Amino acid sequence: MPADHVDWLRREGRIVIVGASLAGLRAAETLRAEGFTGELTLIGDEPYEPYDRPPLSKSVLLGMASPRHTELPHRREIDAKWRLGVPATGLDLTAKRVRLADGDEVEYDRLLIATGVRARPWPKEDEARLDGVCLLRTRDDAADLYQRLKAGPRRVFIIGAGFAGSEVASACREMGLPVTVAERAGAPLVGALGGVIGAVAADLQTENGVDLRTRVTVTGLEGDSAGRVRAVHLSDESSVEADVVVVSLGSVRNTDWLTGSGLGAGPRGIACDAGCRAFDFRGIVTDDVFVAGDVARSPHALFGYQFLSLEHWGNAVSQAQTAAHNMICHGADRRPHLWMPAFWSSMFGVNIKSVGVPPMGDQIMITQGSLAERRFVGVYGHQGRMVAAVTFDNTRWLEFYQRQIERGAPFPVEFPTVDRRPEGRQPVDADFPDPSLPTHGPMVTLSGYSPADQQLLFHPARH
Amino acid sequence: MRLVVDLNKCQGYAQCAFLAPDVFAMHGEESLVYNPHAPEEQRERLARAVAACPVQAITADGLDDSRDGGEASDAR
Amino acid sequence: MPHASMLRQITDFANRANPYPIYEELRRTPVLHEEDGPYVISSYYDIEALLHDPRISSDAANQTAAGDDELSQSEGTGLPPSFIRLDPPEHDRLRRIANSSFGPPHRPRRIESMRGELGEIVTGLIDGLGDTRQIDLVDQFAYPFPVTVICRLLGVPREDEPRFRAWVDPIVAGLDPDTRTSAESERVAQEARLQLGLYLNGLVEQRAREPRDDMLSDLVNSRGPDGAMTTMEVLSTAVLLLIAGHETTVNLITNGMLTLLRHPEILERLRNDPGLSVRIVEELLRYEPPVQIVPQRTCITDIELRGITIPKGSRIWLMLAAGNRDPERFKDPERFDPDREDIQHLGFGSGIHSCFGAPLARLETQIALAELARRLENPRLVEDPPPYRQNAVLRGPRHLNIAFDNLR
Repeated sequence: MPADHVDWLRREGRIVIVGASLAGLRAAETLRAEGFTGELTLIGDEPYEPYDRPPLSKSVLLGMASPRHTELPHRREIDAKWRLGVPATGLDLTAKRVRLADGDEVEYDRLLIATGVRARPWPKEDEARLDGVCLLRTRDDAADLYQRLKAGPRRVFIIGAGFAGSEVASACREMGLPVTVAERAGAPLVGALGGVIGAVAADLQTENGVDLRTRVTVTGLEGDSAGRVRAVHLSDESSVEADVVVVSLGSVRNTDWLTGSGLGAGPRGIACDAGCRAFDFRGIVTDDVFVAGDVARSPHALFGYQFLSLEHWGNAVSQAQTAAHNMICHGADRRPHLWMPAFWSSMFGVNIKSVGVPPMGDQIMITQGSLAERRFVGVYGHQGRMVAAVTFDNTRWLEFYQRQIERGAPFPVEFPTVDRRPEGRQPVDADFPDPSLPTHGPMVTLSGYSPADQQLLFHPARH
Repeated sequence: MRLVVDLNKCQGYAQCAFLAPDVFAMHGEESLVYNPHAPEEQRERLARAVAACPVQAITADGLDDSRDGGEASDAR
Repeated sequence: MPHASMLRQITDFANRANPYPIYEELRRTPVLHEEDGPYVISSYYDIEALLHDPRISSDAANQTAAGDDELSQSEGTGLPPSFIRLDPPEHDRLRRIANSSFGPPHRPRRIESMRGELGEIVTGLIDGLGDTRQIDLVDQFAYPFPVTVICRLLGVPREDEPRFRAWVDPIVAGLDPDTRTSAESERVAQEARLQLGLYLNGLVEQRAREPRDDMLSDLVNSRGPDGAMTTMEVLSTAVLLLIAGHETTVNLITNGMLTLLRHPEILERLRNDPGLSVRIVEELLRYEPPVQIVPQRTCITDIELRGITIPKGSRIWLMLAAGNRDPERFKDPERFDPDREDIQHLGFGSGIHSCFGAPLARLETQIALAELARRLENPRLVEDPPPYRQNAVLRGPRHLNIAFDNLR
């Protein structure tokens, strides 16, 4: 790419961002902050300006915030054309055009794809249409769910005990609502944190009055004559009456619109290099198409160059900034996206945070505190190295472990700490489920080494 | 005023919840919940909370008088 | 290079008025170790990392095992250590109980709701200066203000202040480097701590019978998920809060006024815009932190820092005030600039021991400085530098004589 092309692009090129949520907004801000003066267009399928999603399952359901008002603050003026409420439906790589649902086409010189994910719907469509069967991903979802919870349902049934499902269960209990949670694995959060930590999460739920059913799947949702859901049938042949059912089966990456475009896009996301440039289906990196956020999967040097796709808030921000920077700079100035994976959740008044890639770990040690007290630091190890850490109400220590992971510190952890208990001296099996049987949307997906891996089998979450 | 807290950075020091208790609250000892859309009368308290955050995790717009909101001026 | 004298220079009273050149020199040896002294850490990032390092202990018992040094205060046998000198899980338990009577989630509005009261105390003190054109800010304002506040918050009668001041002074002096070799002063400090505890015990017994809306009542009657504090735990917590509640804030306010008088253009801006006090206080916490050094840490295993192995059992001093002016971290660090974008200071420490009273200290100082700026007409320093207190850890002027034309 000749240098003058980049100068021209910065000055008067056309950049289109598909996806007007967190990653899209932060990318737009970065482009302007770094001197892009050309034409900027943001395309979003929802009719709303970029809003923040984490509050939807937390402060919104706790009644502290309105689902209609979680719009993200802008860090700076971005002077963009907004095409909101119009999904992109196709991409022509050769002609450099994005097709929109309303028939319009938008031309670009450089494209950033940040289309994120959507909630995985209940697979049986007639059942999914029953009144009272809810998803939680968008602000409309949150507004609907909050209204239903406030109306005082007799019982809420949550399908899937990942983070989102568990957070909803927590909010329900806070509101005093009876709630049943069904999870196919042996405990909540096992996909993200493994069975050792999952057992703690299970105790947390049951002690807070959740009717937790593990190792069961939902076989069907039953409606009444008016088309309202009234009962949930389980694989152990039991059934539970409920008038709100929250389907929390993880997410689906929004790549359908790229089918046939020639990009290396599929159910596991869009493969890109560490500089956020998308691969085409042949595994050849493209020059003008960049990817960021939940929909991207990119190689991470710290984790064996595995392609990580991370549904993490911080990843969206960081990758958007890197992608935007790389879109308008010369090759030598490009930066790799080397963000340390990190996420948080809170449920039942407990703060859960993690750094690194827990599912990569095969063993875990509790280096501070104790599982029984639900205040601890757990460290995950893989092949003699620390690869992740998780804290329950111990977040102030977490940055220490992040630095250890960054340095490839040895595992097992031998050093003493100010609160090392005898129970934490030996590593134990972290107890992750068989990766070929994903639970309801683990937060991190390790998806192999090949950028456009066509051999991967995708197992849709089923109950 | 809109705000967002980077909860990866947040370490639960609760300074915001002390100084602007109508916008920020602790849920348990360590986890923070907040209203991302603080009402105008919270301006002064919000400014105190933003400045006091020991890990500088709070981003708010509209705190200064020169409102920097890109939202209203950008054409759809 | 003659580093042999660095430790002495830190504690040398001659450098109290301006220790920053020493700190700058210290940062050239960011991990300094002299003979059998402590490891002195002076770069921002190292301090920040060690404040979050679970291999570093605050436990007084570990410190004693490592051998005392001149800045460490052994709390002796009279009262058990307070949570500032404990590690998890004991630290966490006691701090949680103390917090349940102080802040969120249990008492989210206790401090915020004191704002009006804080303003009234400040107004009362300034009004009470009378018909004068010169004051000692320390004795007439910066000391009485936070003392009044912490007394009300804890439920200690304000009129008892002369009594407990007689005990507080020796306890604080126990941190004084120049008394390091004096077993006598150590004994006096222990005795004072015990006496203060006994005094507070009278109040605690009363509050156990008749609880009021104050922290002593809450501490002695706490029955949360962490259980109750023992009476001894209540007393050492109360001693800690009573002392920390004013001995640090007095310096923050005094350092603040001193700094503003040295930067009259910022003082003028504050006069016209009281809201600027928020940023001024944060920048003060960076520029002139009231706690300059954390001298009470020990490492419980060998740790490696910048290629240097700090052996297990070593004492560690974290030089907060040096880290706060580390050019690796802050642009133009020697400049007092409340407008700087990035003021992520170490003034209140960080990690699990970060300052318990920080929100109160912030509000007190914001209100104090804004009101002083508004009401003192044409204020100026009578002497610069002012005389300093002995203490290198809790560093601040002993007196701050300010002349002015009038009270507004």
